[in-house]
Amino acid sequence: MENIIEVENLTKNFGSFTAVNSVTFSVKKGEIFGFLGPNGAGKSTTIKILCGLLIPTSGKASTFGFDVYRQSEKIKENIGYMSQKFSLYPDLTVEENINFYAGIYRVDPKIRNIRKNDLLKLLELTENRKTIAGLLPAGFKQRLALSCALIHDPPVIFLDEPTSGVDPVSRRNFWRLIKSFANSGKTIFVTTHYLDEAEYCNRISLIYDGRIIELESPYRIKKSYEERFNLKNPTLEDVFIKSIENYRAANNEF
Amino acid sequence: MFVRIKHLIIKEFIQSFRDKRLLFIIFIAPIIQLVLFGFAITTDIKDVPTIIMDLDRTAESRSFISKIENGGNFRIDYYINDEKEIVSMLDSGKAELAVKIYPGFEKSLKKGNTAAIQVIIDGSNSNTAAMILNHMSQISANYSMSILIERIDHFEKLSGKKISRSLDFFSNEIRIWYNPSLKSRISNIPGVLAFILLVLTVILTSVSIVKERERGTIEQLIVSPLKPVELILGKTIPFAIIGFIDVLIVISLSFSLFKIPLNGNLPLLFFSMLLYLFNTLGVGLFISTVSKTQQQAMMTSFFFTMPAVMLSGFVFPIENMPKVIQYLTYINPVKYFLVIVNGIFLKGTGFSILWPNMLALGAIGFIILFISVIRFKKRLE
Repeated sequence: MENIIEVENLTKNFGSFTAVNSVTFSVKKGEIFGFLGPNGAGKSTTIKILCGLLIPTSGKASTFGFDVYRQSEKIKENIGYMSQKFSLYPDLTVEENINFYAGIYRVDPKIRNIRKNDLLKLLELTENRKTIAGLLPAGFKQRLALSCALIHDPPVIFLDEPTSGVDPVSRRNFWRLIKSFANSGKTIFVTTHYLDEAEYCNRISLIYDGRIIELESPYRIKKSYEERFNLKNPTLEDVFIKSIENYRAANNEF
Repeated sequence: MFVRIKHLIIKEFIQSFRDKRLLFIIFIAPIIQLVLFGFAITTDIKDVPTIIMDLDRTAESRSFISKIENGGNFRIDYYINDEKEIVSMLDSGKAELAVKIYPGFEKSLKKGNTAAIQVIIDGSNSNTAAMILNHMSQISANYSMSILIERIDHFEKLSGKKISRSLDFFSNEIRIWYNPSLKSRISNIPGVLAFILLVLTVILTSVSIVKERERGTIEQLIVSPLKPVELILGKTIPFAIIGFIDVLIVISLSFSLFKIPLNGNLPLLFFSMLLYLFNTLGVGLFISTVSKTQQQAMMTSFFFTMPAVMLSGFVFPIENMPKVIQYLTYINPVKYFLVIVNGIFLKGTGFSILWPNMLALGAIGFIILFISVIRFKKRLE
């Protein structure tokens, strides 16, 4: 399988502070790749580099085959991005929001209308198409934000903590959708705080202090921690805490 | 490029027209301002409440009083006998002018002497007071003249000699151009135009950009292939269009309500407006880069627009300002635009005369826009 995202020894410094420290990983086509870590661990810096918004200090990185140093315009055309803020215009209707983002990505109006109808149906927003976005409940806003991020049919989707502030049922439905997009061949890169959500990912990477300290499927990570540290049926949360403790001990922190 | 800008403009218009408050600011506020400046705020004096204290009570004194009354500038509200009432009425603002005619007014005039009157003016508003003083001096000068002529007539009759009555030792023919009746509403219109455009475009531009940042929608635009230049154009063109619409409203209203025609060339006026908009939109853009919230953007906008209007020559004549401030007005775009609009609107002047002002306006606008665009791009990254 081809690699959609490739990162090799990626480093980003802000002055004397190293936000991302020699990180290497790759994401395959159709994969849901989870990026987990506490605030300030380097998650958003990595995502910004992969979206073509930040130039790295050193190392290699490419998204959909386009180099982050030189081809940020090409990257931007081929990614969908959705952030925890659900960047919508609250004074526009559902449909106007979608039309606006379609216009920004220069989607042909005929194709846009077909895709829009499909997305509204899939995301159960058809009845709300004339509703002002600001009046929608959080779960609906999240789905609308996703429709806006998908209207140009991007092969790669970046989700930056996409389910903050959304109720558990909506979250579950959201993840089902994401799964179905991945099955249809889209590549998903997601950052999250919710460790139960990480279970939906094909592979997760635990990032701490600018470094990737674990990179495996959720099942295998849990299995290996069970063996290494004698944990009984560990949850991802247990693994997460243990891995950070372990890392700190190994690096003589405290 | 044009597809994206088109969609930004469509979005901006939908948002502007959906917001009732904004709609009011865009279309109703300019009309209110025009009407206020046209009707209510006038520096001409009319019907000044006046007190008369006539201690002479003769035919002569009554004839003098009728001269005061007939001009239309003064309205005699009170006839009084007690000196103290003058003080209380001027203090309370019931009257702004008191005229006291001393006893023996007629007798002195008949004898050929000088008769005494006292004029007391409320000077708390210096502009009005100066105008009252002017009108009163004119009334007494005219009255003196008529008495002088009476005396000459009388002298001719007695002596049988002819005396020239002409006072035209030199002739000064006074003509007031462009606004012959000196109506302040006429000279206000160009100022209203400059003012509305300034406030509207600076505030709308800065607030609409800061709003995107507050709501986080700008983040979504940054991850899209949208270029900074496209974003800037998409954020300024809508407000330029709104500015043009407002100017058309003001021009057609000032013609239909106040019978003030546009004397000059409309395309030239629009071209100057475009230069002016480079300035105001540039300032709006700049303010958006230094403000975090919409309120901050509002406050900063006022912080700029107030002095810009004060130092434009619209409110106070620039010649009367201290030298240092006068130099400061050279970098004020509103000043140049005011000269241009005055010229085109009232005088019908053309490009051949106004070009230095247009050049200055364009140059300042270009510099402001250049700095703002650079700052704006930096803020995006």
